[in-house]
Amino acid sequence: MSQLKPPVGPDDHVQGPRDAAIELVEYGDYECPYCGEAYPELKAVQQAMGDALCFVFRNFPLSNAHPHAQRAAEFAEAAATIRRFWEMHDLLYENQQALDERSLIGYATQLGFDQALIESALRGDFAARVRHDFTSGVRSGVNGTPCLFINGQRYDGPRDAESLLQIFRR
Amino acid sequence: MSNLPSSSAAVGQPAPEFTLHSTPDQTVSLAELRGRPVVLVFYPADWSPVCGDQVSLYNELLSEFRRYDAAILGISVDGVWCHSAFAQDRKLHYPLLADFEPKGDVARRYGVYESAGGVSQRALFVVDGEGIVRWRYVSPIGINPGADGILDALEKLPRGGGSSS
Repeated sequence: MSQLKPPVGPDDHVQGPRDAAIELVEYGDYECPYCGEAYPELKAVQQAMGDALCFVFRNFPLSNAHPHAQRAAEFAEAAATIRRFWEMHDLLYENQQALDERSLIGYATQLGFDQALIESALRGDFAARVRHDFTSGVRSGVNGTPCLFINGQRYDGPRDAESLLQIFRR
Repeated sequence: MSNLPSSSAAVGQPAPEFTLHSTPDQTVSLAELRGRPVVLVFYPADWSPVCGDQVSLYNELLSEFRRYDAAILGISVDGVWCHSAFAQDRKLHYPLLADFEPKGDVARRYGVYESAGGVSQRALFVVDGEGIVRWRYVSPIGINPGADGILDALEKLPRGGGSSS
């Protein structure tokens, strides 16, 4: 019953060709340990699928459960404005234990944010963008994190690379 | 597996009344929420081992429910002390009701008791301001249904009474 709304569009963060046979959308939270577990699995899937996969990330921070998730997502969105979204996405998942403000500023500096962009991110200028993803997730039937959609349909099965590849190659 | 008539709490019928403990010394009655839509979230058990499980997910969506002036109540067969520890751990900002004694009585009256496991099914109800069931959904027990169905149902309710901001 649960279908991706809205479909992947020009504002989404995408890796791989947009017209790939398989489109995999993740709604994720940077502080969620299950998203952290899924991160290397999804990387392996991307590697194995190559150009046959379009991978999309949308924000779904669970702020009550994870106090740093919202701000981390905002920093990733800020990184997108200087075309470094995926590098920030990876840095955040590789450093899930250090997502406090100081650490976020450190990653931002590492990726070449200038002072104005850091301040803008700290001010919450990217909160609305994150909220937009979150709301779309709610409307799409996101039921926890990570939540995957395969070609627009919510997927509730196992998230290890092997299981996903088996589905994609069927 | 429910051995009750599937017509319990059917759409268009009055929602069965109940009064349950939300804390050791407080109770919540469905009747006292008359005038507002009420979302009833039956779920099997506290402490399910996933982030953003059903109960935590709805906690993140309280502002969405508020747009419809809707109250949300979680209901499981867990006792009040269990609920309060769970609510505190997950920082929940809505009540969890203990359908504890007689065990599962409310779930049974809504037709969503899973007698084999001794727990409630994962079931959602949207009750309108007059106390009539307007939507119900029973999810496979292992699958968190998300919130899209609830929000669609709230959207379809005729807007009565108070104005919203």
